Amino acid sequence: MTAALSTRGLNKRFGSLIVASDIAISLPRGVRYALIGPNGAGKTTLINLMTGMLKPDGGQIFLGDEDITRLEPQHRVQRGLVRTFQINTLFPDLSALESVTLAICERDGIAPTWWRGLSSYGAATDEAFEILKSLNLVNDCYRPTRELAYGQQRLLEIALGLAAKPSVLLLDEPAAGVPKDESQGLFTAIAGLSRDITILFIEHDMDVVFRFASRIIVMVGGRILLEGTPQEIAEDPRVREVYLGSRHG
Amino acid sequence: MIATTGTALTPHAYLQARSRWGVIEIAFWLATLLPFFLFPNYLSLASQIAITALFALSLDLILGYAGIVSLGHAAFFGLGAYAAGIFSKFVWGEPLSGLVVAAVVAGVVGYATSFIIARFRHLTLIMITLGLGFLVHELANSAHFITGGADGLQGVRIWPIFNYFRFDLYGYTAYSYSLVVLFLTFLVARRLINSPFGLALRGIRENPNRMPAIGASSRAHIRKIYTISATIAGIAGGLLAQTTETVSLGSIDFQRSADVVVMLVLGGVGKLYGGLLGAIIFMVARDQFSGLNPQFWYFPIGVLLVAVVMFLPGGILGGLSRLLAGIRGRRP
Amino acid sequence: MGPIVGVLFDGFAYGMLLFLLSVGLSVTLGMMNFVNLAHCAFAMLGGYVTVTLMNQMGWPFFATLPASFLAAAVASIFLERALYRRLYRAGELDQVLLTIGLAFISVAVAAYIFGTIQQPIQTPSYLRGSIQIGGITFGVYRMFLVATGLAVALILVLTLEYTRFGAQVRAAVDNQRMARGLGINVEGAFAITFALGSGLAGLGGSLAIEIVGLDPSFAFIYLVYVLIVVSVGGLGSIGGSFAAAVLIGISDIAGKYYVPQLGAFLIYLVMVAVLMWRPQGLFGKR
Repeated sequence: MTAALSTRGLNKRFGSLIVASDIAISLPRGVRYALIGPNGAGKTTLINLMTGMLKPDGGQIFLGDEDITRLEPQHRVQRGLVRTFQINTLFPDLSALESVTLAICERDGIAPTWWRGLSSYGAATDEAFEILKSLNLVNDCYRPTRELAYGQQRLLEIALGLAAKPSVLLLDEPAAGVPKDESQGLFTAIAGLSRDITILFIEHDMDVVFRFASRIIVMVGGRILLEGTPQEIAEDPRVREVYLGSRHG
Repeated sequence: MIATTGTALTPHAYLQARSRWGVIEIAFWLATLLPFFLFPNYLSLASQIAITALFALSLDLILGYAGIVSLGHAAFFGLGAYAAGIFSKFVWGEPLSGLVVAAVVAGVVGYATSFIIARFRHLTLIMITLGLGFLVHELANSAHFITGGADGLQGVRIWPIFNYFRFDLYGYTAYSYSLVVLFLTFLVARRLINSPFGLALRGIRENPNRMPAIGASSRAHIRKIYTISATIAGIAGGLLAQTTETVSLGSIDFQRSADVVVMLVLGGVGKLYGGLLGAIIFMVARDQFSGLNPQFWYFPIGVLLVAVVMFLPGGILGGLSRLLAGIRGRRP
Repeated sequence: MGPIVGVLFDGFAYGMLLFLLSVGLSVTLGMMNFVNLAHCAFAMLGGYVTVTLMNQMGWPFFATLPASFLAAAVASIFLERALYRRLYRAGELDQVLLTIGLAFISVAVAAYIFGTIQQPIQTPSYLRGSIQIGGITFGVYRMFLVATGLAVALILVLTLEYTRFGAQVRAAVDNQRMARGLGINVEGAFAITFALGSGLAGLGGSLAIEIVGLDPSFAFIYLVYVLIVVSVGGLGSIGGSFAAAVLIGISDIAGKYYVPQLGAFLIYLVMVAVLMWRPQGLFGKR
């Protein structure tokens, strides 16, 4: 079976700094992947490369069977490769309902329509409402995004991602800045997402990683060090040395 | 203002409430009829105000809703004015077809330049709009044989509307004509703002970097709204040419580009009515101080701009809505 | 041959004037991304200081130059502290509006105090006239402008390359976050740069009177030229400003000499073409 998302020999450098070196990964459908590694390992860069926010110097990216290496970011999103951001990048003045409705309109290709009122597209709004409901955001969905609590904004990030009907969802530290007790709830919501969606998330909290990931990729210095089950990763001495060792030592 | 009553509101009711006509809106449009009865001697001024308001509305669509700061929007106003004027001089003076010509010329040039506009943001974008504005101004200035250059375009003769309503000295027809065009265009703009496209524009304004990540082609959106805005600016320019039966370089210069930004900011950016309100205040004030040396006129404008930026973000309408929200908030 | 050299020389001299007027804006824009449309108001202030000191107080021309530099620098420090400072993080629209408002005010105040007429000045006799070299006429004042422009460019490059302050400014232009991380007081360095840049604009305003005259519209007419130079040259680049100023100066003079019917068309065309080709300007990094 073809992988949902895969890369071959992906390379990127900024001047003399190598941020991605010969990255080859292959994410099977429906799997929950964690991407871990010390700061500066190139995790966010990898997401930027896969989603087209950065152009690779070499290598290829496949979404299913399709080579998407040359596609613009928005065209990758339209094909189902969707990401969220580590730092909230939302629409401060739009309400949560409007933001998610917008994402649905873009997905369905109705966003260019300017001669019909938004109220003629009730289905889009209903769907947005359902997504917000599934993430427990309904109570505040009419308020401007900037008035939402930080944790709610993190959830809205995910809601925007879901609105695009992703086949692959890349979550860049979805719980960044969220207190530990709330982050469990956030990951429970992520774990509850449809099994049709392949998920890759960056996360630093090892408890969370081991609890919610079925497989783990370890990156160091722009390279993939190792890929395996949580068990394999936990027992690997190299991981202890470069990652766990540096954190706990 | 929408009351945030939590879950009691269904998504549909919320959307409908956002696009429903408010009492203040209806009152505003009824009030535009007042000059016919209260100030019959000022109908020419009222007509100029309506035209300027239409121009400000066109700028609001790109500045207020898509976040494109343009310092050269007079290019499209002027293109429309010259197109309508030259059309009436060399083809015929029928006003409605002339207005269509003005709209099409400005729209086509707007569409062509939108490919440039959509590529840039920030300072470079401001510079590009400024540069294009000066370019068109210089073009109009140098093409003396057809535009009349610095002497202005003479010999514009406009036929009666529907071959019946003659443009009179008092500006009765002029104001009626400008007001109807303003209102119809406003309806289109209002529908646009409340459409899925309007939502996408607000998305671009709020966070252009996020738009690709939700699958949006921001550039296509920007090209479209820029073309629409240029078309409306062209209609406004065409109206001015037809109602005054002359076109001067003043219709296309930097001063006009700057003035319209000032009006819009003064009234309130991104509120649809901000440009209309700003145009009324600006034009009435300028008429009152018309005896003054024009360079002194810059002083209150400058002070106003500094004051709005420093103390009144959102302009007059922004201030009013905050005031209203404050009063409502204090109610038990 | 003669006219070409003459046009090139006049264009180059005019370019030096544009360089003085614009280099400060380029560097401060590169540091803070602050869109200062009141930049030429400082230049205009410098011009009026020179006119007033010469015509009212009888100062010699050269003595007024440091005074105009100082006046513009001091005025800019005052405005930076009072107003600009609050808008560093605001959007470009707010910055444009505030500074265009200040430019408007400066125009009205200048018109109120000095009237709308062109200000006459009497430059010293040794700067007037022209000399002939190989059958080509070179205006003495323009030669003086070229010398001043080159000297200022040299001083700026040396300051930026070889002093501690210059290193801070370069770091701030390059990467503001990193500069802050290194403990550089970016705000302080910016305030000083801003004052120096405005001072240079003031100097440029004084030197411009002989060439282009001085009236209240100066703040806007030359703002356009300055913005063109800055965006064509690239933000934060002294070399870029220099090259762009020369390019625009020569294009403008040559355009007006050879194809007068095009008017100022040519320089706007140059600007739009350069920005289409390189949106970050000829020498800009971003």
